[in-house]
Amino acid sequence: MGMSLAFHILFAVVGIGMPALMVIAEHRWRRTGDAGYLELAKRWSRGTAILFAVGAVSGTVLSFELGLLWPEFMKQAGPLVGMPFSLEGFAFFTEAIFLGVYLYGWDRISPRAHVIAGVLVAVSGALSGIFVVIANAWMNTPRGFTLIDGKFTNVNPIAAMMTPAAFPQTLHMTLAAYAATGFAVAGIHAAMLLRDPRNAFHRRALSVALLVGAPAALVQPLAGDIEARYVARQQPAKLAAMEGLFQTTRGAPLSIGGIPNENERRTRFAIEIPHGLSLLAFHELDAEVKGLDAFPRDEWPPVAIVHLAFDTMVGLGSFMALVSAAVLILLWRKRDIISLRWILIAVVLCGPMGFLCIEAGWTVTEVGRQPWVIYGILRTADAVTPMPGLIVPFLTFTALYCFLGIIVVLLLYQQVLRSPREGETFPHQTDAA
Amino acid sequence: MTFTLAIILAGIVMIALNAYVLLAGADFGGGVWDFFARGDRRQAQRDLISHAIAPIWEANHVWLILVIVLLFTCFPAAFSTIAILLHIPLTLMLLGIVLRGSAFIFRSYGSERDTAQQRWGRVFAIASIATPVLLGMCVGAVATGAIGATAVSRSGSFVSQFIDPWLTMFGVGVGLLALALFSFLAAVYLTVEAEGTELQEDFRTRALWAAGAVFVIAFGVLALSWTEAPMVRQMLMAGPWALPLHIVTGIAAITAIAALWTRHFRLARVAAAAQVTFILWGWAAAQYPYLLPPTLTIEAAAAPNRTLVLILWALAAGACVLLPSLYYLFRVFKMQRRS
Repeated sequence: MGMSLAFHILFAVVGIGMPALMVIAEHRWRRTGDAGYLELAKRWSRGTAILFAVGAVSGTVLSFELGLLWPEFMKQAGPLVGMPFSLEGFAFFTEAIFLGVYLYGWDRISPRAHVIAGVLVAVSGALSGIFVVIANAWMNTPRGFTLIDGKFTNVNPIAAMMTPAAFPQTLHMTLAAYAATGFAVAGIHAAMLLRDPRNAFHRRALSVALLVGAPAALVQPLAGDIEARYVARQQPAKLAAMEGLFQTTRGAPLSIGGIPNENERRTRFAIEIPHGLSLLAFHELDAEVKGLDAFPRDEWPPVAIVHLAFDTMVGLGSFMALVSAAVLILLWRKRDIISLRWILIAVVLCGPMGFLCIEAGWTVTEVGRQPWVIYGILRTADAVTPMPGLIVPFLTFTALYCFLGIIVVLLLYQQVLRSPREGETFPHQTDAA
Repeated sequence: MTFTLAIILAGIVMIALNAYVLLAGADFGGGVWDFFARGDRRQAQRDLISHAIAPIWEANHVWLILVIVLLFTCFPAAFSTIAILLHIPLTLMLLGIVLRGSAFIFRSYGSERDTAQQRWGRVFAIASIATPVLLGMCVGAVATGAIGATAVSRSGSFVSQFIDPWLTMFGVGVGLLALALFSFLAAVYLTVEAEGTELQEDFRTRALWAAGAVFVIAFGVLALSWTEAPMVRQMLMAGPWALPLHIVTGIAAITAIAALWTRHFRLARVAAAAQVTFILWGWAAAQYPYLLPPTLTIEAAAAPNRTLVLILWALAAGACVLLPSLYYLFRVFKMQRRS
């Protein structure tokens, strides 16, 4: 399950970001008549199609796997979290329909209708991501029921959707999707431009990709702050693990790096910023932050993994935000960023970072919730299917996903990223910029 | 029969399954004909299939997701039992779905090298054949009552809990029936898609063969039900809906074959879809009021009323967005030849 999710999340994220790129490129082409943007829109739409197809099948696998692996979870939580999943189904449906129209309708419908179809793909893609994250938020802060004898009674699916984690999590994840996709695409084209700085195709691609990625990465730390403060209130054990904080402390320091040792109950080799954690989590210098000692030992998440994943996410995310700030300032001052090698190199570095951040952040939220599958209510161990030999499907799907991943990357290179060859629709030209 | 919320939602699950069978079923059938592409027009046949499937298969696919989501939201007790006992065939079916979808897209976007194309084509075709069989086997396992009757316990043996319920002659029979029906649907639809070409005759012949296969397998399954699914058989033979359903199914089947014979392809398409629909609803009627015979009824498996009401609202709202969009999709791609 973890493997399927880790794989699916990447496709889902690109599936949210890519249509935005595609529509912006088409819009620019329609406005300026610049054939370079048309070529981009066509390539990105092919990329969207490949990723959407693989995302669709891996998403189907997930909807089944929820039940195949966690039948007890679905039996109890189905009536509560089914709502966002149903809505997600509809959003996904809409996305599939309009992607079909967009891909195969270039010369069948009016230009206006075509752009609208593209916009609908982008919007419904974002919505379907939001609904799934709402379902996940419920697992972190379960609401909308009364628990009587271990059974959910008096269920209220609307309250379950309005769970406190819903807003911060969806905001953080949606921004992450745009930032990661934008920078991944920008990074690749920046790398091409380092070798071939006059290539007009890569120039246009870079400008559109940064337009999507940079603003999202820039405001992401704010969304992260909202998210962290909600975790501090709702899931103190997760926050303590994120920070490797073993003792409940007033004016707690912010630990950066270091190796938490669960047996010695301390985090060694960390750089500590005095009062930093209290300030960030509660916006007060001397606020009390609960440490892991406030929780029974068998309710601790794996501290080292969560702490390191959290630091990875924050570290890489901050770097991306800084690069975004630099890019936006330069663009605002009308500087040609392509002539600045250092900024291109920085963008290249950001390319894989967005995805690393997403995997790290996903680790924080999922592993940080352990040992619970529904926080404070149902333990993961009690939700798993009674069928023995689960290692077999696990290994099969892992192998399959790795294989598919490789092929997708190869295809994306061929179809989307490669410099246009002589004689392709986009003439091999160099801009006199 | 009173129309409670649970019954209405079970009906909607069936409608979604029906849509999946009529639309995605035909996509699977397309894969079968891709596998059996023969003769001089081999490549033309494959191109037609791929052209017909490409813009719509992902949207068609979502009907299955809708079935699953509705099942676990509205009938969580039944869903968890199915998920535990049918873990193996469902997992295999998922593998089939993943491989088929990816192979199709890799073939369309992959390199122009013939060998790679052929290899993906093979994967696409074989997965298209295996997946409907597995789907049919799962349905068969539910219909025999094996799923409803098996109690999961740590002490039970692996084979008796996770293999025996679905790996039966009857299950295999239903699986083959699903495969034959999907192939039949695909061939009939393709006669319309191929209007005015030699390909139309190719698929007309194939449709007639498939209709024959459906006929033979359907009677085989009925014979097997004597020993393996007595409850379903009893309802199919004697239930209050039995006679009218058999009559309309028969009329639809005869109309489809006659229309194919006389080359009224549009009529054949409607009749074939109706035939498959009646067979599906015949199964649903035969096991009513049970969701998982012989113990779990639709009412007993249902989620609390509040959830059901909200889901109905969500479905209504979703339908307002979806149906016009779907109509638009099919109008753009499936009605062009009229002009």
